[in-house]
Order: sequence, then C-alpha cells, then structure tokens
Amino acid sequence: MTKPKFGVVVFPGSNCDHDAYNTLKHVLDQDTEFLWHKDSSIGDRNVIILPGGFSYGDYLRCGAIARFSGIMNDVVRFANNGGIVIGICNGFQVACEAGLLPGALLRNASLKFVCRNVTLKVENKKTIFTRSYDTGSYAADKISLPVAHGDGNYICDEDTLKSLEDNHQIVFRYEDNPNGSLDNIAGITNRKGNVLGMMPHPERASEGIVGGSDGRYVFESIISSMN
Amino acid sequence: MYLSKIKITLRKSILDPQGKAVEHSIQSLGYGNIKDTRIGKFVELKIDAASDKEAGRITDEICSKLLANPVMEDYDFEVTKLNGVK
Repeated sequence: MTKPKFGVVVFPGSNCDHDAYNTLKHVLDQDTEFLWHKDSSIGDRNVIILPGGFSYGDYLRCGAIARFSGIMNDVVRFANNGGIVIGICNGFQVACEAGLLPGALLRNASLKFVCRNVTLKVENKKTIFTRSYDTGSYAADKISLPVAHGDGNYICDEDTLKSLEDNHQIVFRYEDNPNGSLDNIAGITNRKGNVLGMMPHPERASEGIVGGSDGRYVFESIISSMN
Repeated sequence: MYLSKIKITLRKSILDPQGKAVEHSIQSLGYGNIKDTRIGKFVELKIDAASDKEAGRITDEICSKLLANPVMEDYDFEVTKLNGVK
C-alpha cells in the first residue's frame, strides 16, 4: 500500500493548477503540493498532475516550450519508470510534446475556442484512472465534464490509432465532438497505462458546488488503485 | 555568421482549417482561381557557425527538437552566409 502524494506542476501560464490542488487537497483530503516548473526534481511526489492553462502563452505550439521546463526531465523519467502522470488539457498537450503519449493536438476544426460541458463515454473502465466508474456507487458509462480549449483536435497516424484501439488506450470519447478530434478521442493512456492525457477537465467537476462531480472519480480511481 | 530562414507548415495529409477559412475569404474577394491555401510559421535566426553545412546541421537539429512537431508539421529551411557580420 502506497500513500498517494500528489504533485501539481505550475508552469508560467498554468491556470487550472489551483483547481487540481483544491480537488485533491480540500475535496479529497490528499497530501498535495505544487511543483514549480524550475524545480529539477519531483521530490517525494508519486502522482504528477500536468494542469490545464496556457503554459508559456501557447507560444510556438501548445506545450512545446513547457516540455523543456526544468522539471520535465524528472517527470519524463518518473513516467518512464511507471510513475502515474495525468495531463489535463494543456497538460495533455505537454505530455504529447514530451513524448509521454502518442499523437498531437491541433487547432479545433471549428477554429473556435470551445467552453462548455460535454458528455464523455468511458471506453475503458479498467485503467487506474477510471476503475471507480466500473463498479460500485459511482459506476457510469457516460460522464459530463467541462472542456475549455482552442487546440483539442487530437490526431495520430493510422498505425498509432490502431495500436491505441488494440491496446484499449482510448479511455474517453466525446458523444458530441467539440473539436474534430480523430475518432472522437477525448482522452488516452500510454501503452503501459500509467500516463493519462485528456482534454476535458475532471478537476473542474469534482464537487456539486461547481456544477458537477463526475470528474472526482478519476482521482478517486488513482487513490483506490494505490491503496 | 549565417542566417537560417525556416518555414514550418502542417503536414500535407492534415486538414488546415485556418488555411481553409483564409481561402474562403480570398475567394470572397473575387479570386475564384485560388486553391490549397496553407497557413504556416516562419522563423528566422542567426547562427555563429564555421560553415554553411554546420549552420544547416544546427538548424535541422533545432527544428526537429523544438520548432516543428513531426507528428503534425513539416519544415524546410535555407541557410545563407551573412557577409560582413561576425
């Protein structure tokens, strides 16, 4: 049994870092700390959140510059050793740029920033990020989470898509695709299943007062996976 | 001193919605003979290198590591010698 110690990375321009911190620390009562992008180590943290936002102003490409932040070497090392990492929205873009996840995120097909709640189908409930949706009181096939992004149009090549499908790495799909993503993909894991990237925001839907709590079970899943 | 002029575009196989939107706008100006409009990025940088070959190698490295994402983008560059600049 390992006690989860969450680390929320703060890049210049992150803006969902506090939502993630609030959900983990105050809603779920977990040991949680911020990690500054200039740090060279994740310290004793054993679950890393790459939060949403506009790291480095989305200059060059979303996530392209954050991927070379001081802390990212250690995050990549940690992930490659099986450590749990979640990239949400901009964090998903950072994780793709860092090579932790296959594919890339393009400008939304509509060219519009989308900010609304979307319905997601939970395609794989056997991951460490989704097991709470499988059985018990939170069991659900579909969940509702907010999206807020301009570049969420997931793409990858045909071989990659096939391997994502064959290995059940597509974890969430949109019911009503807001950005044109390939195969309605909203969230994927890496092959080993220890890194999750998703455009919708579970940390912004973790308690009733903010309009929904479907997202908290992503974090509950991790906590129960570690216990 | 060398000057690298780098052009980054979305890969041909990828639909470029920005290019499409701009193309529609061009066509609405009355230019009906326009097609395949693509939007890209242009980056220019100076390199202190011993030869144009070395400047090209460094540019290529920078493009593949940072400036372009091979999953979605292609890049192309040209290197010229800057006379009288050290």
